[in-house]
Amino acid sequence: MTTQIPRRPWLQRWHVKPIGWTLIILILLVASSRMTGVDVGMFFSNLGQFTDLLVRMSRPAWDYLPIILHPLYETIQMAILGTTIGAAFAVPFAVLAASNLVHNRWLRGIIRLILDLVRTLPDLLLAAIFVAIFGIGSTAGVVTLAIFSFGMVSKLFYEVIETIDMGPLEALESVGANKLTIIWYAVLPQIMNQFVSYFLYTLEINVRASTVLGYLGAGGIGVFLQRSLNEFNYSQTSVIILATLVVVMVIDGISNHLRRVLL
Amino acid sequence: MQTTISKKPATLNLWRRWNWLLWIAVVAVIYTWAITGLHFTGLQESAASVSRSIVHGLVQPDWSYVYNGSGEDLVSLILQTLAIAFLGTIISSLISVPFAFWAARGGKEWLHIRSGSGKVVLTLIRTFPEIVLAIMFIKAVGPGSYAGVLAVSIHSIGMLGKLFSEAIENMDRGADEAITSAGGNSAQIFMLATLPTIMPEFISYTLYRFEIAVRSASILGMVGAGGIGTPMIFAIQTRNWPRVGIILLGIVLMVLLIDSLSEQLRKRLI
Amino acid sequence: MDKTPIISFKNVNKVYANGTVGLKNINFEIPQGEFLVVVGLSGAGKSTLLRTINRMHEITSGEIRVEGESIKPYKGRSLRLLRRKIGMIFQNFNLVKRSSVAKNVLSGRVSYYPTWKSILGLFSTTDKQKAVQALQRVSLAEKLYARADELSGGQQQRVAIARTLMQDPKIILADEPIASLDPLTTKTVMDILKRLNQEDGITVIVNLHSVALAREYADRIVGLRAGEVVYDEPIAAVTEADLNRVYQTV
Repeated sequence: MTTQIPRRPWLQRWHVKPIGWTLIILILLVASSRMTGVDVGMFFSNLGQFTDLLVRMSRPAWDYLPIILHPLYETIQMAILGTTIGAAFAVPFAVLAASNLVHNRWLRGIIRLILDLVRTLPDLLLAAIFVAIFGIGSTAGVVTLAIFSFGMVSKLFYEVIETIDMGPLEALESVGANKLTIIWYAVLPQIMNQFVSYFLYTLEINVRASTVLGYLGAGGIGVFLQRSLNEFNYSQTSVIILATLVVVMVIDGISNHLRRVLL
Repeated sequence: MQTTISKKPATLNLWRRWNWLLWIAVVAVIYTWAITGLHFTGLQESAASVSRSIVHGLVQPDWSYVYNGSGEDLVSLILQTLAIAFLGTIISSLISVPFAFWAARGGKEWLHIRSGSGKVVLTLIRTFPEIVLAIMFIKAVGPGSYAGVLAVSIHSIGMLGKLFSEAIENMDRGADEAITSAGGNSAQIFMLATLPTIMPEFISYTLYRFEIAVRSASILGMVGAGGIGTPMIFAIQTRNWPRVGIILLGIVLMVLLIDSLSEQLRKRLI
Repeated sequence: MDKTPIISFKNVNKVYANGTVGLKNINFEIPQGEFLVVVGLSGAGKSTLLRTINRMHEITSGEIRVEGESIKPYKGRSLRLLRRKIGMIFQNFNLVKRSSVAKNVLSGRVSYYPTWKSILGLFSTTDKQKAVQALQRVSLAEKLYARADELSGGQQQRVAIARTLMQDPKIILADEPIASLDPLTTKTVMDILKRLNQEDGITVIVNLHSVALAREYADRIVGLRAGEVVYDEPIAAVTEADLNRVYQTV
């Protein structure tokens, strides 16, 4: 007994979609490898230099550690201040961007557009510009991190605000409370924990980011990173990287623990 | 409510009531440390005039740089930046799959040597600064976008591997179970149940990671690893603000375009 | 007819690693072609019992025989061949939701193919026809090229049954097959299982919560409580009062 297998629509029969996507990706792959001059052979023929570098990095110069302790502290301090300033500015913007608090679509749209634009800028690019403005040093770093975290935190915050329970707000509205009172008594208590949690999360990211900002002169450990790389002093580079790793992991650990307690 | 609290030992009660004070003290100490530790250079005298020139440059960007056919113009370098991000992300997504299965926890036990070691490796990769990777690869393959591709490929494994492994841990194992019960061997279970179940999520995370890679590819050039970052840092150093303005505009447009494109694709996937 | 039972349990015990008793001294036999319903509270061990038959769960002691052969020594290929003749239906259907119905149904046939062919999806025309026939039996042939997640819950469960039919099973194990379904689709799914039992002579073992459904479809009802068989009667001897005993807490 044979059964007629129903015919597929031709889009499916000729696998138009999967083949189309595969083709697009293949074309993009070929185009981008030509554009970037990817050459597998070259990587392997220069492998000697690369392994030499790795070998030199694998012998950390531990006596360099005391010298970089201070810049490491500075890195954390920059991250804390930058995140705090950014988060402080983010709160009013987040409130204005939340669709359940602000009903004016134009205002909301403009605020969100500003936030989207801020978020497109990579941190190192901001750092390069602020070093040009403020000169070499941690001021440029703090401002960079403030702007970078402002973009990130405000989005996280307004998404939190949009999930709140509107009941308490309506209750206060019905007794004629003004906007600020409503935000203070009905909005803040609901979102405080999540705000703090996101603040800590952003702090983690900023600690990571701040370790390289100095590469462009924006203060912190990155300054020493750049110096050691320029002087081909890779045993110092690896101490810096290892120390950064430890700092980042400690901060991550503390922050993760606090966030778990909070939520 | 009050009666239940008063039943607890008095010391605990006291602690509960006053521990916020401790927290405030801790936070105050941290901030004092942070503020006093930094040496604020203060505003340079030139800061105001530099800011003014930057704003001026942003308002009147150097349009002639957009395209001049030299291959060193904005459009060509933006395309090169996208190529670095694309190639790097694709390579890294392929390498991330085995890493993800290495790091994914199988059972319920909280300590697992295989998955634990995988997670540590991924964390190490993630924390290793991308800029340093780029510089290392420049030593290997010379300055240019190839080094950028390698840096993005390796650095992205840290995050993609983590996202993939979490997707594996949280995936619906139902189809696996069904193929097992139908008598499939482990290769068949993987190819016919695990992979098709997890694939859309993998693709979605890869797209998301591509968005991030576009941002990092645009700054890798600052250390010589190709893309739009190289002329950017050069223009900043030579105080060519109209040039900085047009490049910033280019980066912002590129990122906005890629983000919305990727978001559309991701929405259709899930 | 003097026949060896298709499945038999002999002094079967299962203790989990953490010391919880899963199954306790299970002894009973299932003759070829029976429609057996296992009832009991959730956590009574119904699901464990079912999964010991195709070795998705291992037992701690005792012996299970399928077609007269102890299944304990099976491993690798022989274990997969055992599983091939035992189809399984799940509470959550366990389909690949983003794949087509056709792919899902064909995947039931994997153990008849060498690995490389099946993972490339190179199924024969005969088997594709077989898939259509299987779907016809669950009245879903027109959904062949639909994506599984476009179907309703009841339809997905029918696809899962079609997938199982591709194995040419002698036994079907159904673990709470209707727990996620509404009453109307419940009836459709149970009717299909009953028909497979009567028309194809497939031995069907179903775990159910509902006593009413058990009485409507079963040839025989086994009651489990805390991993023990506390009730085992042919349908003719089943009374409501007896059944309620199964649901008493100890």
